Amino acid sequence: MRKILFRDALNEAMSEEMERDPDVFLMGEEVAEYNGAYKCSVGMLDRFGPKRVIDTPIAELGFAGIGIGAAMVGMKPIVEMMTFNFAILALDQVMNTAAKMRYMSGGQLSCPVVIRGAGGAGGHLGAQHSQSLEAQYVHCPGLKVMMPATPYDAKGMLKTAIRDPDPVIFIESEILYGSEGEVPEEEYTIPMGVADVKREGADCTIITWSRMVHFSLDAAAELAEQGIDVEVVDLRTLRPLDKEAIRKSVKKTNRVVVVEEGWYWASVGSTVADFISRDLFDHLDAPVGRVHQRDIPMPYAYNLEPLSLPNKDNIVEAVKRACYVD
Amino acid sequence: MPENQTVSEEKPASSGSNGAAPSLHGATAAKARKDLGDEKIIAMYRQMLLLRRFEEVAGRQYQMGKIKGFCHLYIGQEPVAVGSMSGLEEKDYVVAAYREHGQAIAKGLDPNAVMAELFAKSTGCSKGKGGSMHLFDVEKRFYGGWGIVGGQIPTAAGVAFASKYRDEGAVVLCYFGDGSIHQGAFHEALNMAAKWDLPCVFITENNKYAMGTDIERISAILDIQQKAVSYGMDHAQIDGKDIFKAYYGFKEAIDRARNESRPTFLDVITYRFRGHSMSDPAKYRTKEELQDEMDHDPIKRMETWMLAEGVIDEDALKSMDKEIKDEVKAAVKFAEDSPFPDPSELTTDVYVEWNWDIE
Repeated sequence: MRKILFRDALNEAMSEEMERDPDVFLMGEEVAEYNGAYKCSVGMLDRFGPKRVIDTPIAELGFAGIGIGAAMVGMKPIVEMMTFNFAILALDQVMNTAAKMRYMSGGQLSCPVVIRGAGGAGGHLGAQHSQSLEAQYVHCPGLKVMMPATPYDAKGMLKTAIRDPDPVIFIESEILYGSEGEVPEEEYTIPMGVADVKREGADCTIITWSRMVHFSLDAAAELAEQGIDVEVVDLRTLRPLDKEAIRKSVKKTNRVVVVEEGWYWASVGSTVADFISRDLFDHLDAPVGRVHQRDIPMPYAYNLEPLSLPNKDNIVEAVKRACYVD
Repeated sequence: MPENQTVSEEKPASSGSNGAAPSLHGATAAKARKDLGDEKIIAMYRQMLLLRRFEEVAGRQYQMGKIKGFCHLYIGQEPVAVGSMSGLEEKDYVVAAYREHGQAIAKGLDPNAVMAELFAKSTGCSKGKGGSMHLFDVEKRFYGGWGIVGGQIPTAAGVAFASKYRDEGAVVLCYFGDGSIHQGAFHEALNMAAKWDLPCVFITENNKYAMGTDIERISAILDIQQKAVSYGMDHAQIDGKDIFKAYYGFKEAIDRARNESRPTFLDVITYRFRGHSMSDPAKYRTKEELQDEMDHDPIKRMETWMLAEGVIDEDALKSMDKEIKDEVKAAVKFAEDSPFPDPSELTTDVYVEWNWDIE
C-alpha cells in the first residue's frame, strides 16, 4: 500500500469531501495562499478557488462564529484553528453556540461544522503553544471530539467528521503532521465513536489516543521483551466514548493504564479511569494506572520539557506497576 | 439618511397641552403614506401594538410566576423590530439577542408559540427548551435568541456568508444592544463582514443602557457609528422612536445588502420603558428621563399622526386594541393549556446522530 504523510492524508480528506459536496468549504488563518501553517491545505486554493478556501484575519472568535453561523443554515464548514491554543479564544462560539443550538432550538437546528487544527505539545514552543486541550471540548454535551493517531485514521476520521451532522472538534497532534503511514487509494471512512485496537495483548491494556498511541506502542514493544503482553486501545473518538471497546479489552486483561499527553486533573483520562473503576470494578486486578503530563505549564527549556511530558519509560513503569512486576 | 444626523436634533417638541403625544416627523410620514399605503401603515401600527400588549402581559405573567428565569421586555423599542422587518422578504434571516420577543413576533412567529415558550411548554417555538432568551423558528428564518452579549454577531455574519455563498439573495438582520459593541466578537465580525461584503445589517438597539450602565460611563466615544468607520462599513444613525424614519433608515441598509451585497452598521436610537430584565427596578435613570420618553411613546406618536391624518379613527383604534388584547389573552390560554415537555424530552435534541447512552 502507498505511504503518505499525516498532513497529506488530511488534505486528501478535505479535498475529496469538497469535491463531493459543494457546501463544504475551508476557512482559517493561512489556509489559502500560504497553503496552511502546517501545510495541510497545500494546493487547495488552486484547486477550489478563493470562494471555498478562505484566508481569515487572526480573529478566532469571529471566524469560528462565521463558520458556525454558516453551519446553522446548512453549510458544512471546515474551520481550521492554526492551533488549539488559539481556539481558546473561540470557546464562546464553540460551547455557547455550536454545542447548544440544537438543544436550545428544540431540535430545529443542527450545526455541522468541523473545527480542526493542531493540538498537543509542540517542540520547545513554551507554555502557550504546547497544550492538550481536548478535555475542554469533551466536557461539553453537544460536541463530538476526534483525535487521530495515524495518517490512515486521520483521513478516514476527517471524512466522517465533515459528513457528520453535528459539530465535531478534530484535534491533530502537531508532532504527527510529518509522520508517514499506509493510506489506501480507495475511498473509506472510519466511523464516529469507534476505537481501534492498535496492538493486541493479554496482560495489560493501555488506553490512549493521538500521539500517545505511538509512545504506548513503543512501550509495548519494550514490555514484550520483558514478557509483558500489552494491548493498546486507541480511542480515536473521545466523545462519544467507545465504552464497549474499553470493556472488551479490560475484561480480557484485567489491568489497565490510561495514557494521555495533557494534564491529569479533570481530564479525559480521569473520566476514562472513572468509567473503568465503576463499570469494570469486578474485572480489575489492580488500580487503574495513569500516565500524563506533569501538572505544570510547559517549560521552554529543552532539558525540562521532556521531564514534563509522558514518555516511553513512564508508560513502561506504569504498566509494570499495574502488573505488579518490579 | 445623512451620516451625521443625530436624533436629538430631530426629537419632536414635548407633548401639547391636551396631553396627546407629539406626532411623527411630518415629511417622512407623508412620504410613507404615499409609498406604503394606509393598509400597510395600519398593519405596521397593529404589529407594534401587538408587541406592546404581548410584553405587558408577559410582564404580568412573570410576576404571577408563570414565566421564570430571565425575561427582558421590549416595551418602548417596537419601531425597531417593526420598522426593520417591514422591509424584509420571507427568505431573509433574523438573528437577535435576548430581548427578542418583539423581533420574533415581528418576523412572523406565532404569538401563541412565543408565549408557550416563555411558559416552558412543549408547544413553544423551541419546545420549551430555549426560554425567553432562546426563541427559534427555522421555518420563519428566525435564528435566536442569544444569551451571550454579542455572541450572535459573528454567527449572523456566518448566516450572511452562507446566503452569499449560495447566492440566495437573502439579507440577514442582526440585532444587538449598545452593550455589545465593546465585545471583541462585534469588532471581529464587522471587519470580516466588511472585507467579505456580507449581506448583513448590524443593528444596534441603542437604548443607552448596557443593563444598568449608561453608555456615557463606558464608551470611549458616544457617536458609535464611528465604530463602523474603522471597518470602512456604511453606517447611519436611525431614529428608532419614529416608525417611518426607522423604516426608511432600515430600508436603505436592507437594499444595500440585497442589491450590492454590502453590510451596514446602524446606531438605532431607542429607549426601553422597563428595566433591563424583570428583576431590574432601573434606579440608574431618573424618573424625569423615563417620563419624558414615555411622553414620546412611539406608539402614541403614531396614533397621534394617524388620527390627525385620518388614516384611522378612534373607534377603529379601540376595536383593534381589543382584538389584540384578545389575541394575547388567547396566547396566554394556549400557553396555560399546553403541556410541559415530556420528561423524555430531557435528553433529546443534543445531537442529530446520537446512538450512545448518556453518562
